[in-house]
Amino acid sequence: MLKIKDLHASVDDKEILRGINLEVKAGEVHAIMGPNGSGKSTLASVIAGNERFEVTQGSIELSGEDLEEVSPEERAHKGVFLSFQYPVEIPGVSVTNFMKTAINESRKAKGLEDMPAKDMLKLIREKSELLEIDRKFLSRSLNEGFSGGEKKRNEIFQMAMLEPKVAILDETDSGLDIDALRIVASGVNKLKSKDNAVILITHYQRLLEYIVPDFVHVLHNGKIVKSGGKELALELEEKGYDWLKQETAV
Amino acid sequence: MAYTEEELKKELETKEYEYGFYTDIESDTFPVGLNEEIVIAISKKKEEPEWMTQWRLEAFRIWESMEEPTWANVHYEKPDFQKISYYSAPKSADPNKTLDDVDPDLLEMYRKLGISVDEQKKLQNVAVDIVVDSVSVATTFKKTLAEKGIIFMPISEAIKEHPELVKKYIGSVVPQKDNFYAALNSAVFTDGSFCYIPKGVRCPMELSTYFRINQAGTGQFERTLLIADEDSYVSYLEGCTAPSRDENQLHAAVVELIALDGAEIKYSTVQNWFPGNSEGKGGVFNFVTKRAICEKNAKVSWTQVETGSAVTWKYPSCILKGDNSIGEFYSIAVTNNYQQADTGTKMIHLGKNTKSTIISKGISAGKSQNSYRGLVQINSRADGARNFSQCDSLLMGNECGAHTFPYIEAKNKTAMIEHEATTSKIGEDQIFYCNQRGIDTEKAIALIVNGFSKEVLNKLPMEFAVEAQKLLEISLEGSVG
Ligand SMILES: Nc1ncnc2c1ncn2[C@@H]1O[C@H](COP(=O)(O)OP(=O)(O)OP(=O)(O)O)[C@@H](O)[C@H]1O
Ligand SMILES: [Mg+2]
Repeated sequence: MLKIKDLHASVDDKEILRGINLEVKAGEVHAIMGPNGSGKSTLASVIAGNERFEVTQGSIELSGEDLEEVSPEERAHKGVFLSFQYPVEIPGVSVTNFMKTAINESRKAKGLEDMPAKDMLKLIREKSELLEIDRKFLSRSLNEGFSGGEKKRNEIFQMAMLEPKVAILDETDSGLDIDALRIVASGVNKLKSKDNAVILITHYQRLLEYIVPDFVHVLHNGKIVKSGGKELALELEEKGYDWLKQETAV
Repeated sequence: MAYTEEELKKELETKEYEYGFYTDIESDTFPVGLNEEIVIAISKKKEEPEWMTQWRLEAFRIWESMEEPTWANVHYEKPDFQKISYYSAPKSADPNKTLDDVDPDLLEMYRKLGISVDEQKKLQNVAVDIVVDSVSVATTFKKTLAEKGIIFMPISEAIKEHPELVKKYIGSVVPQKDNFYAALNSAVFTDGSFCYIPKGVRCPMELSTYFRINQAGTGQFERTLLIADEDSYVSYLEGCTAPSRDENQLHAAVVELIALDGAEIKYSTVQNWFPGNSEGKGGVFNFVTKRAICEKNAKVSWTQVETGSAVTWKYPSCILKGDNSIGEFYSIAVTNNYQQADTGTKMIHLGKNTKSTIISKGISAGKSQNSYRGLVQINSRADGARNFSQCDSLLMGNECGAHTFPYIEAKNKTAMIEHEATTSKIGEDQIFYCNQRGIDTEKAIALIVNGFSKEVLNKLPMEFAVEAQKLLEISLEGSVG
């Protein structure tokens, strides 16, 4: 589904990703871990098509299509979703209005009419129940004054609304309390199917107890330095990253 | 395409005026220049009574002795008042015509502007008094209004049919000598709307006027007089747009609102005059004097969405004369390219327990300059007066400017005045966030701008709000992406 080959990317001539190879198949869950500043969010941004970063080498393919010339919004229409590590605020634009616009823009790109209001309301009701979101919340300005955890839950609500093919969750677990983590994780699990894939960026083993990954990768200095099964996460939890850093330095 | 400041800036610069066309209609135009004879000729053409002619002449003499003001934060080549023709009426105008008889060229013009003068408006409960250049050509809904005793007609007709009302109120809020442009308007105004709502009557529909400037090199001097008698209510919509012309066109309107005891007036404006091309050439000069007087327990709200004009100089104001009266000002001003806007409001608190609210949203793009200038004045006997002002600016790009000039004069110790101001920029991260959700840059900007302007958009009547929203989109991101 998603195939990343020898991906190099830089910002302001500073190379951040230095040759990433990663293949994510439909139905799989991949976890990406790694120390602060190793390039995890950058990788997520580059997959989503953020043009702040320049891809200097390598390629990203989605379902066999090279994404190089594909704009961020078109990638979204094709099913790429990013749950942001730091969701931005858009004052005066309600969550509902934002979602309505997003869904209808995607439909327009596919040559479809706007979603009828009735269906939209039904969808909103269904997905807000899935994530146990108070409906009052949806009329508030997007992310404005949301608590850290509320922002993250709202990101997953958007994911649920948009039903992406590849969802990248960048530290969605940070900031969530124990109950919220359970709710969000079970939401993600319900949305998971054999036709879509999830990439979890996280620092903690805890999330992976709820959403069990098929693969765990460790990113360090812009490269994947180790891949393994879910037990790798446990090992990292126990030992930290130093041993890996040393291993790669050698 | 992803958004960058540079790209956005470039795109905005190349944005052309959406409504840049010119409809060829035979006109009956006066020679250029201004003197007492022209003033008398205008009055004659309008078949006005003698008192009106004298009133105009008085204004003309005052105007002659005045200087054009220079204090606003706008820079432009001063119009040559002797090079303007002061009267231009479409030849086909005839007050007895029905819509079917209206010049098809005119109707085509309205169609291009998206103005419908047909059954649709009826269904939407909008009575329309259309002003093309200087003369009203079609009036609808007169009958429904007449049943309630509401008078809604061109001011030129009101001068003849209701002289006692016009004589009593014209110049009572904006006197001839008020300022340079008001004096000019008083001398040469050719038409505009007149409205009177009788005691205790709630006007059952939104009253609406569309203004146009069509003939090249003609000034437009509208005069609007709206009187809401005791405990009455009216909501009035004013919208306008003009075709693209090379030379600068002058517009100096005067609007006077009178809200008697317990009356409420909502006055909403959507203004989309030609702002000049991307090099700053052409465009309308808009120097408007709008003022309301509020008697006891009366309330006036000015709501405006301003996207047009090369130079705008405009301060809808409220004189809160009566105790417990309320004045409100909600404004969105968008400037792009080389547009300059100096707008704001004046709230003059004279009565006790008077309240005023000012919400101003300025959006600047391109090389434009957007200034807010507000005066809150609390007089010594205005015990318990309160004001809340909020001025927010949104910048797009690095070459535009936003300026806020709040003036506060409080002569009463019990006054409570609050002022808040913010300046923000549309961020690349906001645009990317929207892009990531499948919303392209153009739509993203529209969304962000609408969000920014929401408090004011919400104050507009429904249909008007939709139009205003469209206008914001057109004037800011018509060609981004
Ligand atoms: N726009 C930018 N300009 C300059 N440097 C940047 C930019 N974006 C990211 N970087 C740098 O790239 C490196 C990788 O950052 P990134 O955000 O991808 O790390 P991360 O692995 O997500 O870290 P964390 O675990 O703290 O979220 C960091 O050194 C960061 O400072
Ligand atoms: Mg990160």
